[in-house]
Amino acid sequence: MLLRTPLFEAHQRMGAKLVDFGGWEMPLHYGSQIDEHHAVRRHAGMFDVSHMRAVEVEGTGAAAFLRHALANNIDKLATPGRALYSCMLNANGGVIDDLIVYFLGATHYRLVVNAGTAEKDIAWLEAVRTKGGFDIELTPRNDVAMIAVQGPQARRIVGMLLPNAAERIATMKPFHSIAVGDRFVACTGYTGEDGFEIIVPIKNAVGFWDELHKAGVSPCGLGARDTLRLEAGMNLYGQDMNETTTPLESGLAWTVEMKTARDFIGREALTTKSLTQQMVGLVLNAPGVLRAHQVIHAAKGTGEITSGSFAPTLSQSIALARLPIGVAVGDTVQAEVRGKLLDCRVVKIPFVRNGQPLI
Amino acid sequence: MSNIPNDLKYTESHEWIRTEPDGTLTIGITDHAQDALGDLVFIELPAVGKTLAAQENCVVLESVKAASDAYAPVAGEIVAVNSPLTDAPEALNSAPYESWLFKMKPSAGASTAGLLDAKAYAASVGEA
Repeated sequence: MLLRTPLFEAHQRMGAKLVDFGGWEMPLHYGSQIDEHHAVRRHAGMFDVSHMRAVEVEGTGAAAFLRHALANNIDKLATPGRALYSCMLNANGGVIDDLIVYFLGATHYRLVVNAGTAEKDIAWLEAVRTKGGFDIELTPRNDVAMIAVQGPQARRIVGMLLPNAAERIATMKPFHSIAVGDRFVACTGYTGEDGFEIIVPIKNAVGFWDELHKAGVSPCGLGARDTLRLEAGMNLYGQDMNETTTPLESGLAWTVEMKTARDFIGREALTTKSLTQQMVGLVLNAPGVLRAHQVIHAAKGTGEITSGSFAPTLSQSIALARLPIGVAVGDTVQAEVRGKLLDCRVVKIPFVRNGQPLI
Repeated sequence: MSNIPNDLKYTESHEWIRTEPDGTLTIGITDHAQDALGDLVFIELPAVGKTLAAQENCVVLESVKAASDAYAPVAGEIVAVNSPLTDAPEALNSAPYESWLFKMKPSAGASTAGLLDAKAYAASVGEA
């Protein structure tokens, strides 16, 4: 039996094609994933992300615990409400998960982790807590739903539906969050557009979803979510990185804080291992579609596509690929696509931001 | 439930086949196939004049989600391809039975007797 979110019946009612996504029965699309993609780039779309897991980290040891458990440094979070993207690493520097951590108070942080990794993450965090003797309590939240509202009109519409917080929503900067009654509104997302990820009590989930829909927000499925995040150059855990790859090989060096002497899990491995691979963006110059696991041939050696698809905003195929160090932006490399070698251009990631092509 | 017109023949690999008055065959993919593939974004058609064996793959169909092939339902020669489709692959999603892929002239002795009728195709995709 697949797991279902509190919005499952709303998805059925809106005509979703439902698929098994890591054990969850989730919408793939509600008709056309390309239309949904464009809705987010041009207007506003919403995603049910209730399968992701919020985990409260509370206690006098919360900050010290997260300084040790995360590759990014929570000391960057200067004021309550601020949020930070980070990887959580194993001792080899491999990525156990990527997550967002919210600073809610001196002794209270909130993590939002991926759906498929949630149980593994919680077990890992418990083990880190026990081993280090940190004075914290971890509380996975099973009483909330999460809705991402993304697109150039997201801010206007969310502000309209939460009138008590309209002013704060209008001026909220990326990676900031606020509590609005029993809702939690964060200016974060996975599309490369302006927008919010909103945590609501389960009892309000369907009502809020329907209000957003009435306000002109298009329901969007996992299909559009994948092409939007790929255009935005954002990694998908389990596909672009996993426990055998490090953030440095995954285009995420910017999220690993090593300027301070902080002792975090994975640090030693990252500093001692020699780096042989890097993540780059590829654009296919020919007709066709790049896909995950296709082999890439470059003058410096071979590599592999980790995520590839047709990019609806660009009307051509793009990919993230792990290639040897030395391959540079502007190089031409070749992808093995269905028995043919097709030329691709190496480009800087991301491909699209705020509706605008960057390549 | 997908649309499965009664006046066409079908294959288990989800092509539809219409026999024209002159004996040539017009081939496309079914409504069930386009729905399973999702939004189509790239189509590569065969060269006119190409000779194919039965069940030989001859069309590349790529959706946002996956790559797939279409096959020759019988042995024969490609006599026409629907070139405008390569610039509008989404037509396969919106009108699968109007968006034919290619036409072929069956080889001497090639028979369409083994193709499925609408009822048998519906059964093969679990919609009987």
